[in-house]
Parts: sequence; structure tokens; C-alpha cells
Amino acid sequence: MSERLAGKVALVTGGTGGIGAGTVARLAREGATVWFTGSNAEAAAQITAATGARFAAHKVQDAAAWEALTAEIRSAHGRLDIAFANAGTEHGDGSIENVGLDAWNNIIAINQTGVMLTVQNAIRLMKDNPGGANGQGGGGSIIINSSMNALRPLGNYVAYSVTKAAVVALAKSAAVYCGQQGYKIRVNAILPGVVETDLIKNIMAAQPDPVAARAMYEGMAPLKRMAQVDEVAGLVAYLASDEAGFISGGEFTIDGATTAGMMGV
Amino acid sequence: MSAPLPAVDAPQGARRLEGRVALISGGLRGIGLACVERFLAEGAEVVLTDLDAADSALAQETLARLGQAASYVTANVTREEDWRATLAAVEQRHGALHILVNNAGTDLTGAVETITLESWRRIMAVNVDGVFLGTKTFVPLLAKSGEGLPGGSSIINVSSIMGLVGYSEVSAYNASKGAVRLFTKGIAIEFAQKQMPIRANSVHPGFVRTPLLEAGFQRWVDSGFAEKKQDLVDAMSATTPNGRLAAPHEIAAGIFFLASADASYMTGSEMVIDGGWTAQ
Repeated sequence: MSERLAGKVALVTGGTGGIGAGTVARLAREGATVWFTGSNAEAAAQITAATGARFAAHKVQDAAAWEALTAEIRSAHGRLDIAFANAGTEHGDGSIENVGLDAWNNIIAINQTGVMLTVQNAIRLMKDNPGGANGQGGGGSIIINSSMNALRPLGNYVAYSVTKAAVVALAKSAAVYCGQQGYKIRVNAILPGVVETDLIKNIMAAQPDPVAARAMYEGMAPLKRMAQVDEVAGLVAYLASDEAGFISGGEFTIDGATTAGMMGV
Repeated sequence: MSAPLPAVDAPQGARRLEGRVALISGGLRGIGLACVERFLAEGAEVVLTDLDAADSALAQETLARLGQAASYVTANVTREEDWRATLAAVEQRHGALHILVNNAGTDLTGAVETITLESWRRIMAVNVDGVFLGTKTFVPLLAKSGEGLPGGSSIINVSSIMGLVGYSEVSAYNASKGAVRLFTKGIAIEFAQKQMPIRANSVHPGFVRTPLLEAGFQRWVDSGFAEKKQDLVDAMSATTPNGRLAAPHEIAAGIFFLASADASYMTGSEMVIDGGWTAQ
């Protein structure tokens, strides 16, 4: 593995499992100094032991707690180069007809307000970076984890679908703003399909017929399989690197052709 | 004001394409050439095609510089017989193909009522027929070569931001690049459903300092639309949120990513590399 990200400091929210944990490992392997957040301290300890990444117990929707976290990163490194706004939930979601207001508000708090706070605080750190990519100060790369459901909303996950669409617009607004301000900060969104995370594995295992559940998930993509966590982490690492220096305001589907069109019979 | 291009190329040369064979159309200039150079630095063997004669000064000098891992075939992407000859050359030299970059393209600007049917057909022939013929010709070899390969074989079709949004007096180019975008999605679903080990994605560069762009700027200067080329570079940079134009190697980096095993779940996708131009 090349050290494309040597010298860079990265923050991954929701880094204790799934795509977040895989990305923590990938960014660390590529040479970055990685911080990650979440609330599962036990899982965090294992990730720290395996990758050397530093854990901060933190909830993305807690606006006040962001001050302490950014102060800690600023004092430890004096910079932030990469932020992966990954934390998300679909807990308690339902259809437009039956979703509860508490669940709706909680999903918006984490998936939408939490992503806004992540991007806002990342920009505040990144704009002060000494020596950006071109040695002129400032600079950084922010990647938002949206979902293919931003383009293909699910009937039974209304809040999840809506928030994942909202953060694509957030990425574009932030990208345009950073350009207008002359900040060398890039902001992009990735839109993964179904990823075979521990969460999905547990859901499949809990079904009356786990084999049929797996076949259902695998059949959702024309590629006839789910994405692996490492495949998503590879896209994040590319967008995080200086190789993607002209990429901003983009939305990148990584979904085995699911949103490319419709499957025939 | 246009910000300077990055002074140094992105880190490369990790040889992540070791053992892979790549074909790049329009490989002697601009994005195509940057792609050839990047793939070679990553350890691939590369066949490049272009319109220039093999004994032309440009082809000779370029190939001498690129070294033994590169070879050249003179081919016009609009002619099926040229693609057949290219296939024969690739099969003879390598016996395999893992990466196809349909990059060759041309431009056409002008008010729609002034576009001749002949010039319309020419841009469609180069930008659309060329991508179709390259894909059609090489799919069997790509499918065979992609078996058991991490991420399979990869087709990368070079579209444009003009394949995503309309632009005044660019209608013919818009139509041709829009066709490339949707052709790519069609074949991506087709290959996936048939479990053929080929991924297909389109790349959408913004304004890149290529010979094609420079020539277009020169025509505008010659026609009195602008005083000098730098004024046009500055104006175009100012309309881009990132405040500058791209260097060809920045587009090549995206094409390389899609070619690599890192993009193994990406197919039917669009890689927009435009400094935020279409986000605004």
C-alpha cells in the first residue's frame, strides 16, 4: 500500500463499525493520522489496537461537544486534512404513513444536522491548515457518506432516504461556498449501495430464512452481490487524496450499477 | 484570476496495474497521453491509438520517450476496420486486454442553425460511434481477460461536463457526450446482469488545459471574441468554484482509479472531475 496520505490528519465520524471502521483502517494504512468518533468504546478499543487510530467518544448531533473535539484535534496536530462524515442511522424509521415524530427527528439530527456540524467544524479547522496541497495554506477534503437511496428512496425508510438526499445538496452547497471563499477545501458525497457490514450481516442472520435474506440483498444490484466495506473505503481514500485535487461538489455512486438504470426481466 | 496548476503530479508509481494491459484511444495528446503516462507509471503495458501515422515525428518521439511497455497503432475510431486491426495488434502483442479507455474525441461549437449535417455526423461518428465500436470490438477479449481478476476488466468512457448539462452553442457536443454517458450505463447493467467481468464507467472532465482546449481558445482569439488566450483561461477559471482549470494528469488520476481494483464495486457510475463547476 502506498502512503498517499502520509502527513495528513483525518477524522472519521461513526468510526467504530461498518464503513466507518473500514475507512479508519484504510486511511491509517495509507499513512494518515486518524481520529474516529462514536459511542461504542469496546469496539473502539479494538480498532485503536489494530490501527493506532485515536478514539473520541462523541455524538455528531451534539453541537456543544464539537467545540471540545475540534480544540483537541487543533491542539494535538494544528490541522485537519480529511473528514469523513459517516455517522448515520435508520433506527425507528418507517413509511411516510407511519413514521413516528421522535424517530424522524432523531434520524434528521444524526444524518442531517450531524453531517452539517461535521462539515462546518471540519471547514473551520481546515481553513487554518498551514501549507495546503499547493503550499499556500489551508486546504482539505471532506467526504459525506450519503446513500444510493438519495436517488432511489425506500418506501419504508422515509427519514433515511430524505436525509441522505439532503446531504448531497449539503455537499454541493459547501463545495461551492468553499470555492467562493477561496478555501482549497473540497467537499464530495459518496452514494453506496447495499454494503455487507456487520449490521446487514446481523439483519440477515436474524431472518427466518437467512439464505433467502442474503439472496434478496445480493439481488438488489445488477452486479448480484453486496459491496464490501473495503471497496467503499477505497473510494473515500481516493477522494481524500491529493490525486482528487480537482474533484469537488461531486456525487459518486458506488452501487454495482443499481442506480445506472433498471434491471430487465 | 486563474490559480496555478498543481506544480507536482499526484503521487503515483505504486505499480498498482502490474500485469494489466490497457488500450487508450486518442493517446498522443492531452488527457489520453496523461492516461498513457499514468498507466505506464503504475506498471501496465499500454497500447495507444491515434490518427497520426506511426512514422510521424510526434508518434516516433512519444513512443521513444514512453519506452518498451508502450506500443502504437494508427487508427481512426470511426472506422470498424481500424478497430479490427487494433484488436489483432493487441491480441498478437499481449493476448489480453484488461482496461479500455475510449478517450478519442472532437469538438464542435456554433449556433444550432449553422451546424451542417456533415459536421454533426462527424462529431457523432468520433464521439459516439468511436465509443460504441471500441466497446463492441473489445468486449469478448475484455470478458475473457477479466475472469478471476480482482475488480474484473474496466471500460472507461471519456464524456464531459457537457454530457451532463446543456451549454449555448455547444448542442452537438452536448448530444454526443450525453450519449456516451447513457451508453455507458446501458453496458454497465448489461455486463453486470450477465455476470461478465467487465465494469463500465464514464468520466466527466471540466475545463482541462489540453491541446483541444488551447486550439478552441485560439479560434476564439482569431475570430476576435477575445484579445488573448490568457483572458479566456482567466474567465473560465473564474466560472469554476475551484478557481482554476485542471491539468490533464488530474483527469488521468480519476481514470486510473476506475481502472484499478480499488473501484471494484463501481460500475455504471459517473466520475465528475470539474472543480465544482456542475455543482453550482
